[in-house]
Amino acid sequence: MVARQAVADAHRHEWAFVLAATVRVARDLDLAEECVQEAYAAALSAWERDGIPGNPAAWLTTTAKRRAMDAIRRERTFRSRLPLLVEPEEAVDELAPDTLDEHDEGEAVDLEDAVPDERLRLIFTCCHPALAQEAQLALTLRLVCGLPTPDVARALLVSEQTMAARITRAKKKISAARIPYRMPRPAELPDRLTSVLGVLHLFFTAGHTAPSGPALMRTDLADRALHLARTLHALMPDEPEVRGLLALLLVTDARRATRTGAEGRLLRLQEQDRSRWDRTALAEAHELIVAGLRGGRAGRYLLQAAIASLYAQAPTYQETDWPQIVALYDRLLALWPSPVVALNRTVPLSMTQGPAVALAQVEALEQDSRLSGYQYLPAIKADLLHRLGRTDEASAAYRQARELTRNEAERAFLTARLTDRETPPA
Amino acid sequence: MAQYAILIFDDAAAGDYTPEQQAASKRHADDLIDSGAMITAYALQSTDTATSLRGDVVTDGPFIDSKEVIAGICVIEAPDLDAALELARRNPAVQWGRGGVEVRPVAGGIAPVAR
Repeated sequence: MVARQAVADAHRHEWAFVLAATVRVARDLDLAEECVQEAYAAALSAWERDGIPGNPAAWLTTTAKRRAMDAIRRERTFRSRLPLLVEPEEAVDELAPDTLDEHDEGEAVDLEDAVPDERLRLIFTCCHPALAQEAQLALTLRLVCGLPTPDVARALLVSEQTMAARITRAKKKISAARIPYRMPRPAELPDRLTSVLGVLHLFFTAGHTAPSGPALMRTDLADRALHLARTLHALMPDEPEVRGLLALLLVTDARRATRTGAEGRLLRLQEQDRSRWDRTALAEAHELIVAGLRGGRAGRYLLQAAIASLYAQAPTYQETDWPQIVALYDRLLALWPSPVVALNRTVPLSMTQGPAVALAQVEALEQDSRLSGYQYLPAIKADLLHRLGRTDEASAAYRQARELTRNEAERAFLTARLTDRETPPA
Repeated sequence: MAQYAILIFDDAAAGDYTPEQQAASKRHADDLIDSGAMITAYALQSTDTATSLRGDVVTDGPFIDSKEVIAGICVIEAPDLDAALELARRNPAVQWGRGGVEVRPVAGGIAPVAR
């Protein structure tokens, strides 16, 4: 039982590490995955029999690499394989046979320190911009998180068949087009990092507000995104945008417990019980943000995190530092002229300059075709109209927002807003 | 090393390349030759001159009727996709706002050798 738990823990925490190291030897994603799966299966009985090794990741890596080498030696005799690794600086022989003693408790090699970039290679390959974003998402869940294909399909809301085809196609492109298995060069890093952060952010938002279905959150996906962001930050501590993304996820996640009330009802920021917010996470995020802002040019994730953090720091909703939030939105908008950012800016703006000014901007944004079908636009508009006492128009906007959302908790929230029109404006 | 085809697409209605654009293309091709990456390259006549065959049917014009058509093709050698994309990005057609390029790995090829 203990062994089973240890294997499950190692699966959750070490999969990416073990796979990344094995890919270097196998030089083929499918073979590497197969070998890592076999290593985990072998661990079940071996750890039951011999006890849990001092360094489970090292045991698993060694076992998986050895299987990969065996497979390659067997195959080499009758077919030459398509090389996946474009920079195979360490050849198959890097693993000397005498390092294969799995049960040496004295082995104090800190694998994470020894090869800090193994998992990064894997993450950057999965999120290569030559792959469609849906493929990046699928590969990251499958290869970096080690989720089986049916789970990946469920997490990304597509059929198992579609997902299996998508993963196969992506892997085929990696090998046929020779997408290199390596860290991006410094000149490429900003662009490449943008893809990776985009994938992690999408996981988190998909997990945080499930685009459809009964529960507001698919917490597992959000947890995985947070874990990946932490890993990435540990691996690239000096990257300000990695820090920014981690901070953003921490702040958002700190409010997880209070986002819904009884029966899963969605609670607005001003209704949430601030005493139940995760102060440790908020403090950790705050430190990341301060360090990031001190580092000079802030990127989009860092600014988003700073905004979210300011919202969270206020002792009450009324005491929120609205002017500062508007100022941060201005910086964000200059850097990232997205209509969604412009829309979100109208919320704090309605607190500094009043709902009428904000409403005028929302109405201008309504003309932007990129926001058509975006359910938060009519929702924000409805709230502003409600505060201006234009209740009939507010109801129409709430109805419009309700038609656009597929998340049932959000829909119930909008229905409730619609029915208690008599309540005085917030 | 692997080979990649760089398919150069151009707006069919945009007319011939300007002399400046032709000169820039030539310079880019020379750079590829000097760096040793170039395998081969061809510029094509406009699609007004194309003839397509499908089964027994012969039609005037390009095979696929689309706004952007293939204007040229070039095959390069590169160690991996990132390197190929880097070379493709330097193709001036990418920056002219009248088309762009598609990078496709070459699966195989047959070139006539002196016999």
